[in-house]
Amino acid sequence: MAGAPQTLFDKVWRAHEVRPESADSPAVLYIDLHLIHEVTSPQAFTVLRERGLSVRRPERTLATMDHSTPTLTAQVFGGAPIALEAARRQVRELEANCAEFGVELLGLTHSERGIVHIIGPELGLTQPGKTIVCGDSHTSTHGAVGALAFGIGTTEVGHVLATQCLLQRKPRTLAVNLSGELRAGVTAKDLILAIIGRLGVSGGTGHVIEYRGDTIRALDMDERMTVCNMSIEAGARAGMIAPDETTYRYLEGRPRAPRGEAWERALEAWRALPTDALARFDREVELDAAAVEPMITYGTNPGMVIPIGGAIPQRCGDAAFTQALAYMGLAPGEPIRDRPVNVVFLGSCTNARLSDLRSAARLLRGRRIAPGLRMLVVPGSQQVKRQAEAEGLDRVFLEAGAEWRESGCSMCLGMNGDVVGRGEYAVSTSNRNFEGRQGSGARTLLASPLTAAACAVRGRVTDPRELM
Amino acid sequence: MPIEPFTILTSRTVVLPGANIDTDQIIPARFLTTTTRAGLGEHLFADWRYLPDGTPRSDFVLNRPEAHGCRILVAGGNFGCGSSREHAPWALADYGFRAVISTELADIFRSNCLKNGLLPVIVDEPTSAWLIEHPGAQVTLDVLAGTLTLPRGAAVPFALEAFARHCLLRGLDELDYLLERRNEIEAFERRA
Ligand code: SF4
Repeated sequence: MAGAPQTLFDKVWRAHEVRPESADSPAVLYIDLHLIHEVTSPQAFTVLRERGLSVRRPERTLATMDHSTPTLTAQVFGGAPIALEAARRQVRELEANCAEFGVELLGLTHSERGIVHIIGPELGLTQPGKTIVCGDSHTSTHGAVGALAFGIGTTEVGHVLATQCLLQRKPRTLAVNLSGELRAGVTAKDLILAIIGRLGVSGGTGHVIEYRGDTIRALDMDERMTVCNMSIEAGARAGMIAPDETTYRYLEGRPRAPRGEAWERALEAWRALPTDALARFDREVELDAAAVEPMITYGTNPGMVIPIGGAIPQRCGDAAFTQALAYMGLAPGEPIRDRPVNVVFLGSCTNARLSDLRSAARLLRGRRIAPGLRMLVVPGSQQVKRQAEAEGLDRVFLEAGAEWRESGCSMCLGMNGDVVGRGEYAVSTSNRNFEGRQGSGARTLLASPLTAAACAVRGRVTDPRELM
Repeated sequence: MPIEPFTILTSRTVVLPGANIDTDQIIPARFLTTTTRAGLGEHLFADWRYLPDGTPRSDFVLNRPEAHGCRILVAGGNFGCGSSREHAPWALADYGFRAVISTELADIFRSNCLKNGLLPVIVDEPTSAWLIEHPGAQVTLDVLAGTLTLPRGAAVPFALEAFARHCLLRGLDELDYLLERRNEIEAFERRA
């Protein structure tokens, strides 16, 4: 019997229903891969301990540490203690929990450690058709390979540890159809910022987005991850991209990807995943990618975004908007271009993969960052760091006057002591410009690695195309 | 963790009218270094509630005397967006809130609320606008009936799915429900 046409999301969802949802109860959804980190897992292990439960399938959980970990080499590899006592406690607690419950840990000094959403794909653990969860909202990143990946709370981390399942209501589907070629100087980050600007920060609430169209097909895996990463910033539960030859080429040969016959079998299953021709989405949105400009945020959520040559909009009578601009020290009608910048942060699960570092380094090569400006470059994983060093990118950053660190979330959320000062302007390649996100009183402007590098050189908000 | 059953709650409201209040505002990241759930109420809305030197800002709603004892928070649309940190509902609950009313709540935040006995209440625009214009209004939330009763006696229905209602009314833990599905989970694993 030929079934009704299905979307990529429908296919992955159905294949993981232990019990479908009903009017009375949510679906019991099986989770293939559970990633955990030091900040949102301790209380979940406490519940297991209190209730005398074990981890049901330890081999389906992988732990790493990234959020509160230091990025200074001496604090990571010895020579100096972790400066923040609370972070030290979280690191030790995760080590103890993993040892007690038999969960594999890529710990502080492990050569494969990194930001959880960077190492999953890098290791080849993130695979098409899998359900993937993590106590972190940017788990949506893993959807770039055609997985259903979403963030969960700590109570749910406990549920997955104990049962390998979650109780979930089936989300609706939203197709974001993108056509046209990105212009020179315009990156995947600009594309997703433009999409969020269009959808608004709650436009995706209750939905799983599938990014589709020739623009998406032309993106490499790193770029697709940047796009899916920020799905949550439009309020979406997850973002997905159908797997294709680009996906398979990326995954083949990665340490934890299937091999030999298993690879062939997996490939066959993965090829059946893309959305069927006649499948229906609950909603569809179109965007002309060829018209997208380099984008930058000016407010305190990622939906407050404009083309870098644009002016800050006016919204009369909107108190939250007025408050956001007051926090940012910006006024309606002003151009964002040439605003002074104090800090540039190149890092995070959005934009700290090798290609991001390369793109910034290309612009920085032979140049210096502006006097008085601080630039922090934090690779997304230890593997990215080693690859970048093998290519000499670290030298480019250091010679330009930037700092080169060990991997981690770092200044994306300012938990580990890497913070932006009160009132300072930071151009960041991360994903959130919320009030105080990068430090109390810090003012964040989100942009691409290319734009961030251009801003670092000039010490002002700069269209990267002026320096290319 | 045992959850207090939630049947009926009558309380005055505290209002935070702005849209898109994210979980970084509810509980800033620097307080996530804790390894327990306790004590986060002290840091709820820390950057809005305290001056950089730690003294309370007299102009922030939670610091006004009339906010004392209020157990219902009325918030602008898309409250709880951003980070999945469950520390946000932990902080709200630890502070003393038992319900959040808005036109829209972010998905993960809403799910996290339900796991901590914090009632998420979605109302229509006119009801929300009325509540925002009348801070301190005494309202009643009835989980069984699924109604919000305004001071003048008008009962506004709010949607709450059957399963969530069942868990709230009895203070049930979803984990127990999942653990009871063990046979089905095993059968699924054999099939897969
Ligand atoms: S880099 Fe930032 S957004 Fe990504 S996981 Fe870390 S803290 Fe979250």
